Amino acid sequence: MSIDQKPVTLPDTASAPTAFTPVDHGRRLFRIETSRIAALVSVRAFVVSIVLVVVIVAAGLASMTLGAYEVDFPSVIRAIVDPASDPDIRQVVFEWRLPRVLFAVLCGAALALAGGIFQSLTRNPLGSPDIIGFGIGAQFGVTLVMIVLELNTYMFKAAGALVGGLFTALLVYVLANKNTMSSFRLIIVGIGVSAGLGSLTSWILISVSVEKAMMAATWGAGSLASLGFDQLVPAAIVFAVVTLLSLPLARTLPVLEMGDDAATALGISPGRTRLAAMVFGVALVALVTAAAGPISFIALAAPQISQRLTRSNTPMGTVPVMLTGAALVVVSDAVAQLFAVPVGVVTVSVGGLYLAWLLAAQYARRT
Amino acid sequence: MSPATEDDVDVSHTDAGSRADDSPHRNGTLVAGLVLSAVVLVVAAIASLAVGSRAIDPITVLQSLFSYDDENALHLMVMELRVPRTLLGIVVGAALAVCGGLIQAFTRNPLADPGILGVNAGASFAVTFAVGVLGLTTPGAYVPFALGGAFVLTMLVYILGSFGASGATPMKLTLAGVALGAAFTGFTTAIVLRDHSTLQVMRFWGVGSIGGRTLDQLTWAVPLIATGLLIGLLCARSLNALALGDDLAQALGARVRVTRVLVIISVTLLAGTSVAAAGPIAFVGLMIPHVVRWFTGPDQRWVLTYSLIIGPAFLLFADILGRIVLPNGEMRVGIVTALLGAPILILLVRRKRVSGL
Repeated sequence: MSIDQKPVTLPDTASAPTAFTPVDHGRRLFRIETSRIAALVSVRAFVVSIVLVVVIVAAGLASMTLGAYEVDFPSVIRAIVDPASDPDIRQVVFEWRLPRVLFAVLCGAALALAGGIFQSLTRNPLGSPDIIGFGIGAQFGVTLVMIVLELNTYMFKAAGALVGGLFTALLVYVLANKNTMSSFRLIIVGIGVSAGLGSLTSWILISVSVEKAMMAATWGAGSLASLGFDQLVPAAIVFAVVTLLSLPLARTLPVLEMGDDAATALGISPGRTRLAAMVFGVALVALVTAAAGPISFIALAAPQISQRLTRSNTPMGTVPVMLTGAALVVVSDAVAQLFAVPVGVVTVSVGGLYLAWLLAAQYARRT
Repeated sequence: MSPATEDDVDVSHTDAGSRADDSPHRNGTLVAGLVLSAVVLVVAAIASLAVGSRAIDPITVLQSLFSYDDENALHLMVMELRVPRTLLGIVVGAALAVCGGLIQAFTRNPLADPGILGVNAGASFAVTFAVGVLGLTTPGAYVPFALGGAFVLTMLVYILGSFGASGATPMKLTLAGVALGAAFTGFTTAIVLRDHSTLQVMRFWGVGSIGGRTLDQLTWAVPLIATGLLIGLLCARSLNALALGDDLAQALGARVRVTRVLVIISVTLLAGTSVAAAGPIAFVGLMIPHVVRWFTGPDQRWVLTYSLIIGPAFLLFADILGRIVLPNGEMRVGIVTALLGAPILILLVRRKRVSGL
């Protein structure tokens, strides 16, 4: 698709009924139409996305004012846009705090997309990348590296998380694969492998000194502190590539939710779609885990929250889902700085409470 | 929301579809299987009394049970250490397995385990609060906190899940449980990561164990669990109807709302009491009813009865294995259940013919 296309045209209300057959989609949509592509965009999803962007920017800026070195709001904005501003403030804001916020956006978006993929794949709101054991495997790998091998640098921890997570995901996939892949068997094998590895991790943790256990537990909560542009650039490149590759899934996965037979009849290969979904989902989680440790609950909550905000009929979606995840992590990280706890602790609490509130609001409306 | 029910229905179908449910032959097989399971449980219980760092032969074990002699050190050991431990294993194993069966039938979700209504999260948070904030350190002092935390959080989940006209539907309860459970897990972690002494307690409490209790510490748990088991088993028939969907269940004469409330009460009693008595023991509640269902088919009366027998047998075997597997010391039962159960579950699911989804 070429970029230099005609500007987006909105349908003229007077001529709309004659221009195309009106189909009742059950929600308000507007139509983007160019000479090459045409798409229907839900008005609600569009508005939600705009609001989420505003939330992300506001919370991101607010989070950059927080920290041991007090910077007020105008100085933060000046430090970002004006290279000639006070070098001390620019150092703090631009070099230290900005990458942290950008990392929060990236991690949130990646986890949310991965969560949407897995929930759609398993047709289960509790399905998350963790069903394939990645998080537990990563935690096990890091625990081994930190406590048993006593290697405690960033690179070794990231490597331990990646190897542990990928190896576990592969193990689950191989054990669950028997000629054909079934989502059900995948879930059960994932639960089994996770429970086994999780208990091995607990066993290591109760067999060592409390100081070492604390180190592993702190990593296990996930933290965005001490991440800089050096880690951000490679992470962003990987994220962009994987996200672009997984874009077609936004169309194919909801079809697969109707079942293998229906999907095949509609021209979608279930096996290939499922494999692609798992590979991309795991890649997104691996990216985040290697960088920041397991930031829990975003993958589970973001697709559900986004689905309710946009009133969509599938947890899979791209832009609103990723923005929801990003907003959750950015807000959580700001709160985490206020209370001086790892961000993963806050994502669980904030995400959980927010999901609870959203459910209550949704149910109350339906009376 | 994508429906979570199809997996479950699919699986039960492969069993129930091929063999007529009410045929005398099938019921005969199931009764025979039940008798066999009961024998296995008795063997497990006797083995649990006999095996340990000091092995005691089964004759002495039986003697100490039926003609107790308080001069005999072996008899003392059996009565004071191993009988409470075995009893707790039986009670907690039955509670967890039946509770898991109830919650899986209730939510129509094969991913559901007793923790889904927030029981474990509530208990963990309350115990962490007691240790980290109030500074309690004697293990007996945690029990009321664990019990209270489990009950309070389950009530919150139920209230949140009952908003709206349709009442407490399984899907709403599941999501409410996940949401509140996660929030409280976060609070727990925040407290645990504050200082070493809390982590020191919680890393041990967080892995369930049935050792080191005296008989007095059990007496409060048994009536609670017995009540929960009774209510749960009485709900089995209504749960069968509920599996067909709320409307059809109502048409068949099941009282949908009453059943739901009773199941919640039963699950809370069972899971709350067992987590207070033994800590969060992983995997039993998830795995046992699941595996049982592959064998018995979807009839909850059979699923729950089998779970009642096989749950404690599995927990006792796991505990026995934990006592002998390490050259020195014990492996806590909460670790062994997962390490032992995971390969079994994976082996079974690979042997089974599951239709592709």
